[in-house]
Amino acid sequence: MYEAFFFLFALAAVGFAVNLVLQNHPIHSALSLIGVMASLASLYLMLGAEFIAAVQVIVYAGAIMVLFVFVIMLLNAGEEERTNFSRLAGTLGVPLILVLLASIASIVYRIAPSDEMVRFGDFHGRTADIGRMLFRTYLLPFEIVSILILVALVGAVVLARKES
Amino acid sequence: MTTTVLLFTLLKVIVIVFVVLTAVAYAVWFERKVVARLQSRWGPTRVGPHGLLQPLADAIKLLTKEDITPANVFRLVYFLAPALSVITALLAFAAIPFGPVTLVGGVDLFQIANLDIGVLYILSISSMGVYGIALAGWSSNSKYALLGGLRSSAQMISYALAAGLSLVGVLLLSGSLNLRDIVNAQAGATWGFIPHWNIFPQLLGFFCFLTAAIAQTNRLPFDLPEAESELVAGYHTEYSSMKFAMFFMAEYANMLTVSCMVTLLFLGGWHGPVFGPALLQTMLPLLWFSLKVLALLFLYIWIRGTLPRFRYDQLMAFGWKFLFPLALVNVLLTSLIVAYRAD
Amino acid sequence: MFQETIAPVGKRTMILNMGPQHPSTHGVLHLILELDGETILKATADIGFLHTGIEKTCEAKTYHQAITLTERIDYLCPLTNNLCYVLAVEKLLGLEPPSRAQWMRVMLNELTRIGSHLVWLGTHANDIGATTVLLYCFREREEILNLFEAVSGQRMMTSYFRVGGLALEPPAGFLKRVEKVMATFPDHIDEYEELLTRNRIWMARTKSVGILTKEDALDFAVSGPTARASGIDWDLRRDNPYSSYDKFSFRVPLRAEGDIYARYIVRMEEMRESLKIVRQALEGMPEGPIQVNAPAVVLPQGDNRKTEMEALIQQFKIVIDGFCVPPGEVYQAVESPRGEMGYYIVSDGTAHPYRVKVRSPSFANLQALPRLAEGRLLSDLVACIGSIDIVLGEIDR
Repeated sequence: MYEAFFFLFALAAVGFAVNLVLQNHPIHSALSLIGVMASLASLYLMLGAEFIAAVQVIVYAGAIMVLFVFVIMLLNAGEEERTNFSRLAGTLGVPLILVLLASIASIVYRIAPSDEMVRFGDFHGRTADIGRMLFRTYLLPFEIVSILILVALVGAVVLARKES
Repeated sequence: MTTTVLLFTLLKVIVIVFVVLTAVAYAVWFERKVVARLQSRWGPTRVGPHGLLQPLADAIKLLTKEDITPANVFRLVYFLAPALSVITALLAFAAIPFGPVTLVGGVDLFQIANLDIGVLYILSISSMGVYGIALAGWSSNSKYALLGGLRSSAQMISYALAAGLSLVGVLLLSGSLNLRDIVNAQAGATWGFIPHWNIFPQLLGFFCFLTAAIAQTNRLPFDLPEAESELVAGYHTEYSSMKFAMFFMAEYANMLTVSCMVTLLFLGGWHGPVFGPALLQTMLPLLWFSLKVLALLFLYIWIRGTLPRFRYDQLMAFGWKFLFPLALVNVLLTSLIVAYRAD
Repeated sequence: MFQETIAPVGKRTMILNMGPQHPSTHGVLHLILELDGETILKATADIGFLHTGIEKTCEAKTYHQAITLTERIDYLCPLTNNLCYVLAVEKLLGLEPPSRAQWMRVMLNELTRIGSHLVWLGTHANDIGATTVLLYCFREREEILNLFEAVSGQRMMTSYFRVGGLALEPPAGFLKRVEKVMATFPDHIDEYEELLTRNRIWMARTKSVGILTKEDALDFAVSGPTARASGIDWDLRRDNPYSSYDKFSFRVPLRAEGDIYARYIVRMEEMRESLKIVRQALEGMPEGPIQVNAPAVVLPQGDNRKTEMEALIQQFKIVIDGFCVPPGEVYQAVESPRGEMGYYIVSDGTAHPYRVKVRSPSFANLQALPRLAEGRLLSDLVACIGSIDIVLGEIDR
């Protein structure tokens, strides 16, 4: 049953991802991306990383993608058009992606222990564990990242502000 | 997981969905009755005693009405949107405990799934609810609906943040994201009569969460997405029949979710005086829980009957410039107190 | 007039056809809005959806019959229309109704004003989201309509004012009844004010919103409470008295801000002033006939028709042929709940008016709407429409 759910969500994630690239209309692509996020969240959940799963949904699916959809709605973005350049990108891109995927797969295959599967609860993703790690072990990097994000936010506000 | 457990769980899901949908239908009846009394009217009186069968009549009416799909709508999204609304609204109930752990055949009767991250789960599911409204507004190919959809997306994102932040105080106090643990932390009473409810130490958080939650569920005075006098019916202007009813159900289910959340997090959940024979002792917590939810629903309706509506920019300013900082202050104060106590 | 749904080429704006079917355009007003997001760049009112042709129809009716048409122009204050028309015809005829009729007219006219303001307050508050006020207002308006029913047999289209006086002797104990109803009103008005006046959301929605400056108000020929909220101290009841209004003492509420809140306050105070006038009328109601002694114009009263031949003939003549009015033209203006309502009547000496033209306050007041709403949000527009208190029947006529 565990395997069945794993394959269900894994296939859903890949399927949505492929659909995301293939769709012409931006709103369909955005919806597919939400599907990818939701499937990934389910996979995290199956690993026992409940906190990450919830954050994945809240932050990505609930907030960032809403903004994406919002922008698409506001600008009323039309259908994507096929140009010569996009065809070129397609013909070059597909083989390159295959090469990339193959190399990642070979590396993962070499590193990962081949005789067992990651099981529910193997991954230390409990809320308390993550909290301890962030605020004890990795406190300095965490704070640096926070300040970095703050700087980026301020920058975005400054850039977006109209001179009056 | 044995087959019996699986079967029991399935049965439980069906029963809870049924109960929730019935509660939604009667929440509508309750609102109509209460608002009517507030406005010196009678409300529904014709169908059944006190209009008690009105929800049934409404359901029949909505199911048998002609289902109109306007020309030039974005069909896939247009059909998806109401379903998305209802699904997200109902999913939230999966993590809500309605009573203390009561095991029958190894299955907890009053909760579908006891998640360690119950609070986060409900927040994440309710944050998905905005898609139903935003997509409905966009796909309807109508300007009123579009404006309603845009308003609601902006509103829900803004207020989801304030709602989440205002819960941090409660989480800090109880040290858990599990809804059951949070409720159990509120058991007992000081001097025998002041219950250990989170509302007392977390009055600020309670106020912030309730306000943000009312805004998130699009109720007056924050009902801008469907402000009848401005946007006709907002995001569901172009929906009819059962598809319209689904938005309606979603709205009331969300009201119920919020009331349940407030009950669990601030009002001590199912805790209350328990006495009498064994059967009564099992049922009393359920009664306390329902009464608290009902009281919150009444508050919702009372507010609706009293206040005018905000303007859109005022709503955003209120959310970002008042509620959000207030929730932050609450987080700061609570963490200081918790840290001081820990020393 | 309906414009394309897509935005004009090269502009990042949107055209929204608001109305004629829309919950808050107070009837069938059609507004063409050019929106940038939710900000209104341009608002154009498109009127005429409720055109009834009443002015033209009057020409085919006798002076007596036309009374029933006039009250359908502004269906929220039927008696004010009646009064204005009747006064104009009386002016042409050179008749002066007896003082009891005049006082009754004043009293009923003020009751009408309160009723009309109640509808305004209810719908205006409902537009801004305070639904309960609507129900409360209509509850009290019902009391007033019941009074009208008692006095004339009709709740709204009463036709109670006739050329030369009143249609019927008021029923016994009518004044007592009015007194009883009016005694409850100060509390009711307090109740509305409790819900709204100091309400933070209400103030945020109405203060400094939809400002009409004094200059603009004069330019647009705005009148009534809308003008008085912009600092124009002009009330026809005081400044150009008719129907014994000069015998009553009342205050004309005035505000200088010109925003929605000022218009709200002015109308609320006006209701209280109207109550005062009604009370004065109740206290000082003179005795005497309700109709002027002019058998050629006034329908015979009571049982005369059944016993006296002359009366029967008079009745027949007035109903079938109507009465003739000396040639000439006249303009009579009264202070309706919405502003200066005027009837301009040209007579060619026959029993039918040659021309009836209505100067309707809403028509002029509506012209100010774009000035109030442009540059503001869609929600403000709804509040603005409510605040100028238009009646479409009167605009389109």
